[in-house]
Amino acid sequence: MDSFTFTRSTTVDQAVQLAAKSLTAQQGAQVRFVAGGTTLVDLMKLNVERPREIVDINSLPLDRVEPSPAGGLILGALARNSDVAHNAAVIRDYPVLSQALLSGASPQLRNMATTAGNLLQRTRCVYFRDTAHACNKREPGTGCSAITGHNRMLAVLGTSKDCIATNPSDQNVALTALEATIQIQGPKNKRSIPIHDFYLVPGSTPHIENVLRPGEIITSVTLPPPVAGTNSTYLKLRDRAAYEFALASAAIVMKVSGGRIQHIRVALGGVGTKPWRSFEAEKVLEGHAPDRALFQRAAEAALKDARPQSENAFKVELSRRCIVRALTMSTKSA
Amino acid sequence: MLFSEYLEFIQSDKLGPNGQIKASTAEPTAVIGASLSRIDGPLKTTGSARYASDHNFPGMVYAVPVGATVASGKIRSIDTSTSEKMPGVVAILHHGNFDPVFRNASGGRNSEQRPPFEDEVVYYWGQYVALAVAETFAQAQAAAAAVKISYAPDAFNVSTNLSDPMPAIGASEGPRVLSHRGDPEGVFTSAPVKIDYTYTTPAETHNPMEMHATVAIWDGKKYTLYESSQGVMNHATVMYQVLGVPRENVEVISRFIGSGFGGKLFPWPHSALAAVASRRLNRPVKLTLSRKMMFANVGHRPRTQQRMRLGATPEGKLLSLCQDYRNHTSINDDIRENCGEATPFLYSTANLQVSSALVRRNVGTPTPMRGPGAVPGLFALESAMDELAIKLNMDPVALRLGLDTLTDEEKNKPFSSRHLKECLQVGSEKFGWSKRTLGVGSMRKGDLILGWGVAAASWSAGRGVAEASVSLRADGSARVSSGTQDPGTGTYTVVAQIVSDKTGIPVRKIQSVLGSSSLPPGPTSGGSTATATVIPAVAEAAVNAIKITLTAATTTKGSPFLGKQVKDLAMSSGRIHLKNQSPESGIPFEEILKLGNIASADGQGKTGGYGSDTDGKNFSSHSFGAQFVEVEWDPGICRLRVSRVVSVVDAGRIINAKTARNQMAGAIVMGIGMGLLEQTTYDSRNGHPINDNFADYVVPTSADHPEIDIHFLDIPDPMIGEYGARGLGEIGLAGIAPAITAAVYHATGVRVRNLPVRIEDLITANVAV
Repeated sequence: MDSFTFTRSTTVDQAVQLAAKSLTAQQGAQVRFVAGGTTLVDLMKLNVERPREIVDINSLPLDRVEPSPAGGLILGALARNSDVAHNAAVIRDYPVLSQALLSGASPQLRNMATTAGNLLQRTRCVYFRDTAHACNKREPGTGCSAITGHNRMLAVLGTSKDCIATNPSDQNVALTALEATIQIQGPKNKRSIPIHDFYLVPGSTPHIENVLRPGEIITSVTLPPPVAGTNSTYLKLRDRAAYEFALASAAIVMKVSGGRIQHIRVALGGVGTKPWRSFEAEKVLEGHAPDRALFQRAAEAALKDARPQSENAFKVELSRRCIVRALTMSTKSA
Repeated sequence: MLFSEYLEFIQSDKLGPNGQIKASTAEPTAVIGASLSRIDGPLKTTGSARYASDHNFPGMVYAVPVGATVASGKIRSIDTSTSEKMPGVVAILHHGNFDPVFRNASGGRNSEQRPPFEDEVVYYWGQYVALAVAETFAQAQAAAAAVKISYAPDAFNVSTNLSDPMPAIGASEGPRVLSHRGDPEGVFTSAPVKIDYTYTTPAETHNPMEMHATVAIWDGKKYTLYESSQGVMNHATVMYQVLGVPRENVEVISRFIGSGFGGKLFPWPHSALAAVASRRLNRPVKLTLSRKMMFANVGHRPRTQQRMRLGATPEGKLLSLCQDYRNHTSINDDIRENCGEATPFLYSTANLQVSSALVRRNVGTPTPMRGPGAVPGLFALESAMDELAIKLNMDPVALRLGLDTLTDEEKNKPFSSRHLKECLQVGSEKFGWSKRTLGVGSMRKGDLILGWGVAAASWSAGRGVAEASVSLRADGSARVSSGTQDPGTGTYTVVAQIVSDKTGIPVRKIQSVLGSSSLPPGPTSGGSTATATVIPAVAEAAVNAIKITLTAATTTKGSPFLGKQVKDLAMSSGRIHLKNQSPESGIPFEEILKLGNIASADGQGKTGGYGSDTDGKNFSSHSFGAQFVEVEWDPGICRLRVSRVVSVVDAGRIINAKTARNQMAGAIVMGIGMGLLEQTTYDSRNGHPINDNFADYVVPTSADHPEIDIHFLDIPDPMIGEYGARGLGEIGLAGIAPAITAAVYHATGVRVRNLPVRIEDLITANVAV
């Protein structure tokens, strides 16, 4: 770990100003915000992140979970994953989010990790995390060690010839299915970005993971009002029963009315380079009577463009089964 | 290392044998077999137990090793110009400027024969090539990261396929024949029923919670090394030679160990690095390994590849058994994983062969990991037995019962105590085996498919040499000491129980002192031999301390026993009394000591190695067990979990039911890891053990912990020692993985012969959802 300066900011404006001098808000940022620290501190110890300045934002007044004027829910950027997972309104109106959060990490980590920190969680690709190996995400232009290496855990959707790193988050998959919006404050203005547009696929610039610019800070995440009559489910598949990143996961928000699927959102985890919204699956499902054959067609559609690597072809089939089961669970609880 | 070699090793300190260990006919008191909490438990749960890296000293500096980033080659240059100028840096050491480190040629066992920094050659990824020493840990880490090393890389091999070309079995440079009887090849060829499959087990990494660490202090003459060691005596024996000083100038201290699983049996190079640096800098040096280094630098269970050929009759008679196996080892060290440990004697067969070959890979030196040899070996043997049972359409328990034998057909000697049959029978009863239906996927529990599997288990029993000391003190307490250590297994408690049994002093008034090489030489905690080894010495020391007290009772003025004969006195319930009268009739032992103005009565005791018994030589001693496993299989989402384990163990007498169960439960969970999760993966492009962290090297969590039912037969082994206790460190892991794969087959129809069982293997299973 390199030496760094440590500043605690007490207002959002101050934090934004401190970070605005960073040349990038992406990999290689000179200034980093720290909240729970569960990703950043690890990466600093590994010399993957080498910020010169750390701005502690834990004192900012951004830790509330409260109703939005539109009837949805606003999750403060600093709301801890545990608090969101156990929030009564989240459990009642957005169970998929609570389930996703509780399926991730461990209680100790969830007590530290925050909503916005989780949004910015970095990949667990072993080559990204070890400076002895080439990695385009960590050091642009050096090459991708994973494509010809150990890639069992890595992505099959949204990959490029330069990067196949998986977005490891569970929370973000649920937020994608819920069509959450991310509120950002920057040096010049505030903006609001739908979560689907917040993340970028790697393409030829895997070191740029999202739309954040220098100085910009996430202040909150807004969930739209719950759609009456929907069920939501998060299903996560992995090698062991707890404390492991997903091999495949699915977040489903579904409403069945009059024997037909009237509202459907499908998002996938563990298989994409970003939290993966499957419009393809939704298109197959929308307006049809829910049954097993339909679900299988939706799962096929969702993975149609999958490009497996040497070790992870099984994830394509596993993801399909995950989708079918999660859709079935969503139907049953209706 | 073969178990026989290990036994030789633990007996190699030529301590004068104390003669034969006699099997006792007397029943021990109730403290033996009691379910006692560890006496060191409160220290551990309150955080006051100090592990190796918890030791701090004035002026101490921190050392962080730099690992090679090639698997083979030569160091071309080391650029320390940046790192040396960094804040707090005291020294950057490497092969070009290090002090001499020597090989041990006069006893003791080292892990890597090559001294660290011996030359510029790199043999495996992660090999220590430099050492950054600084005032703080963070400074040392930063400096280590700033050392720039360039290499001239050479060709290397980390392939998992161990089928390297080599001469025929038995030929020079070919696989070694470890066991042979009858005509195994010929009989197999003509056998009516044949099984011929190859099984593999991956490299596995010991991952004790506590990382290896050394805190080294050099006082100008003597080294004190705070270590996390399963063998303080051996560590001192190796290190005095490695450091080139007289034996008495090295003391090794390891009071508490966050477990070892075999990985801490023998010293690793970091110990020498820390010690030499402390002398060089004349300051205490702390060196703690990172989790990452645990995967490269301190041993692993080597990969095995085992071809099993079984010839049988349609009725289930085993006509022949061949196990031809290979394991990988490092470039510089010959570590033979003894996969045929249990093969020659587990089942009755007239024709048998075990052959073994080493295949060199550019990996760190392997080392024993819980149940070395037998555990991977039994995966192959017991998997093949399950496949044979299926082929014969026989119940796998019945097949094994039919092949049971009370004679070790390899040594042609009776077993001192073998109750495999009872293990299988009791286990069947407890598990409900008779309710098993044969067909693949035929058992259901709600929407889930159940699979049931069984395997036999075995582990050698052995006893080394040891000394111990017991003091009965005038304050009414006792102290027991021996230069062994408690790696988390309960040794502190067990030795106190022995003293309590002999003296009647309650365990809470007995102080156990272990974990220093300055104590009477005690055993290494390995091979499940520490308990069997230390107990006789402790018992004898206690008896001798009692004798001294009784003598004082007969000679001390004011003693009620003044003038009596020692032979007419006894000590029980902590009191001295006439042998033919109750303890209540006598007086507390401390009254005698006080009357005689004696601070403590100190008795010494010795254990002779197993080979020192004339009787013992006529028997074969092993522990046995039966493992029954249930898996739950959800084919719709390809989810497999172990849901239930019944484990029945014949390990001789159980000294402490609680610590014994704890050992077993831990081993069973480790077996689930071996069966379903664990494997160290070496990147084929550079030899890096790429999953060198706890997110990528997956071990079972609490949520993976199934319902576990452990049953001890608790039948004393008359030949192993006075109490008949054989030790429990490894047997719980033996047989779990093959019982899992048998259950997986029963549930899914997929036979996994290459561990671990992965989702990839099962996703093609054709069982109806």
